[in-house]
Amino acid sequence: MTSAPALTAERATVPPPKHHTSTARRRQNRAAYLFILPFFVVFIAMLVVPLAYSGYLSLFESRLIGGQVFAGLANYARALTDPAFLGSLGRAGLFFVIQVPIMLGLSLLFALALDSNRARGSKAIRLLIFMPYAVPAVVATLMWGYLYGPDFGPIAQVVRALGGATPEFLTRESILGAMMNIVTWEFVGYNMIIMYAALRSIPAELYEAAEIDGAGQFRVAWSVKIPSIRPAILLTVIFSIIGTFQLFAEPSLLNTIAGDAVSNSILPNYYAYNVAFLNQELNYAAALAFLLGIVIAVTSYVVQLSTERRERKERADS
Amino acid sequence: MKITRTATKLGALAVVAAFALAGCSGPSADGGGGETGPVSQDEIDEALDTPTELTFWTWVPDIQNEVDLFEEKYPNIKVTVENVGQGLPHYQKLRSAIEAGEGAPDVAQIEYQYIASFVLNNSLLDLRPYGADELAGDYVDWAWKQVAPDEAVWGIPQDVGPMGNLYREDILSQAGITEPPGTWEEYAAAAQSVKDATGSYISNVGATQAGQMIGFFWQAGAKPFAYDGKETVGINVNSDEAKAVADYWTDLISRDLISTDVDFNDQWYQGLANGKYAGWLTAAWGPVFLQGTAEGTSGLWRAAPLPQWEEGENVSGNWGGSSDAVLASSENPIAAAELAKFINHDEESALMLATEQFLYPPQQSVLDDPAFLEQESEFYGGQQVNKLFAEISETVDTDFQWLPFMDYVYSSYEETMGSVIADKGDISAALDTWQDQLVSYAEDQGFTVE
Repeated sequence: MTSAPALTAERATVPPPKHHTSTARRRQNRAAYLFILPFFVVFIAMLVVPLAYSGYLSLFESRLIGGQVFAGLANYARALTDPAFLGSLGRAGLFFVIQVPIMLGLSLLFALALDSNRARGSKAIRLLIFMPYAVPAVVATLMWGYLYGPDFGPIAQVVRALGGATPEFLTRESILGAMMNIVTWEFVGYNMIIMYAALRSIPAELYEAAEIDGAGQFRVAWSVKIPSIRPAILLTVIFSIIGTFQLFAEPSLLNTIAGDAVSNSILPNYYAYNVAFLNQELNYAAALAFLLGIVIAVTSYVVQLSTERRERKERADS
Repeated sequence: MKITRTATKLGALAVVAAFALAGCSGPSADGGGGETGPVSQDEIDEALDTPTELTFWTWVPDIQNEVDLFEEKYPNIKVTVENVGQGLPHYQKLRSAIEAGEGAPDVAQIEYQYIASFVLNNSLLDLRPYGADELAGDYVDWAWKQVAPDEAVWGIPQDVGPMGNLYREDILSQAGITEPPGTWEEYAAAAQSVKDATGSYISNVGATQAGQMIGFFWQAGAKPFAYDGKETVGINVNSDEAKAVADYWTDLISRDLISTDVDFNDQWYQGLANGKYAGWLTAAWGPVFLQGTAEGTSGLWRAAPLPQWEEGENVSGNWGGSSDAVLASSENPIAAAELAKFINHDEESALMLATEQFLYPPQQSVLDDPAFLEQESEFYGGQQVNKLFAEISETVDTDFQWLPFMDYVYSSYEETMGSVIADKGDISAALDTWQDQLVSYAEDQGFTVE
């Protein structure tokens, strides 16, 4: 505490030679650029260039006969009226509205339960819930595909043994639900860990204050814990938006298990892939991918904005 | 100042890189199929004596054995075999490499139905100048037609899949059926008895399996696809012949006599192994495939020709089969062409493909070889299955063509036909939808549709 004013004083009284600093700073600057150069090289080569290139591609139209011609925004216009693409976006939206609240609700519940310190063996439970995230999406989908099987899947066998009708998980009507279940299983643990980590960083003073005010466990959870980890929850929501619109492994693998139930345009990312590699319309696929990126950005922004606005309002109210 | 300048530099770099990438994207100008005079024997000998490295993309297991024979005979040629995936992933990588203008192999395995899509963008080498047209007589006619639909020869046939009927003799005899059904009418009646007596389905029609359905069309004499090698395609998937086939299956499926499980997945493998399906209408590669899948039922299976539409007729269709083609971009076309020919024409190599890799042969020499024909299979109760399929092979209609965009045709089949078959709907009506989708795609792609 005592040395700090002395230092400032020294700095104030002895102005360093001007010329010397400027060379040193220049050298420092040069070093700084050198240090960030590898990042920029990779960033540009792996992100900016491919993005620019696919943006460039999306402005062309290529046909099997006649080759590539400049098409302006025709691909985008086509996408906006393509019922398959719009349908896939609609299904992704439905997925988001139903699956994400369930998944994040479960994650929050588990995180709060673990944080309450009441559960025994909480470390083991934490690991168990997190484990599915360590299973690759491909393996998870294949495994669930087997569990869902109508003839030999264990679920169907148990239900039949109990005298019920064979449950149909892999039909056109139920496949979206089947996928929601897989994704929930995969990511509950991941989101739980994010929320749990945020819960652990809440200062203990808040709990003490809440206890003095006579708040019970549920009251503490509702009024102290959840508001304190709102940024972490928002983060998981944003991750989930991106994840939902980018779902690929699940529909792609379920297609091999139940090809009749998974249509090529079931979800937008999978549709773009099929357009590129089955229909060989690379340019149109590039436009679809760009539009999908825009949809994700806009949705994320809207969610963030609405929570911020609510926070501001609450702050103004209190 | 400094920051902006650096940013500008980096920006310029990005633009340059983008252009460099864009430059690679056009299809290579030096297409194949050009007019080249025949290559003389001297030139061939010289090429085979020059140290050369070839790349060969194929997913045939253990093909290294056949390649070893080639390298033994031509020690100066070094062949690298690469398996980049089976079916669709293989073609996607091949197309990407062709588009990129580098990285494509010299020789690639290509299934018959995909040849046209590579002819379309001039990616394949016409093998006539390399002596391939002399081989025409050594292959079954219809297989040769698949690689040489017009004049040019685009590949050397490797294996074929003439279709037959594999069935569980024990299940059928439980239902009182002692002879395999000879006509489709008898097959339908048998399906009813099998279902009533045993609860099994007489067979399964995979809801999304276009290959099998197209094989049925082929047998019925339908000509759903045509391609002139240039810009004109014929699309006629909803012809009367095709609709007759569709109505037949609609009827059996709606009466729950035929199951429609998606094939080639666990569910289906188990169905074959445990008698859920009492048979499989499949191709000549099916018998060996089935042995691996349903080991526990060894000895219970028999093979027969497909049921016929008219009594006394004897025709079949084809499902699957590949050729080896030489890419137009190959820098060593002579050696590459020799490799493609050797693998599928050399007597030892061809016999090895048939007896060790169990590819069903299109080569006349193998089809006449007693060592191949008279193999008795325990799995089929000692039946000479190869001989049966050799006889079937002669009954396949020779003139069957494909469209130059079969990837789309199959995916569109899944969309339009797959869901209808799975829902036990009207398959004939779905053929109309499929037809419309194919025509509109072809027109969008700039083809003239006839």
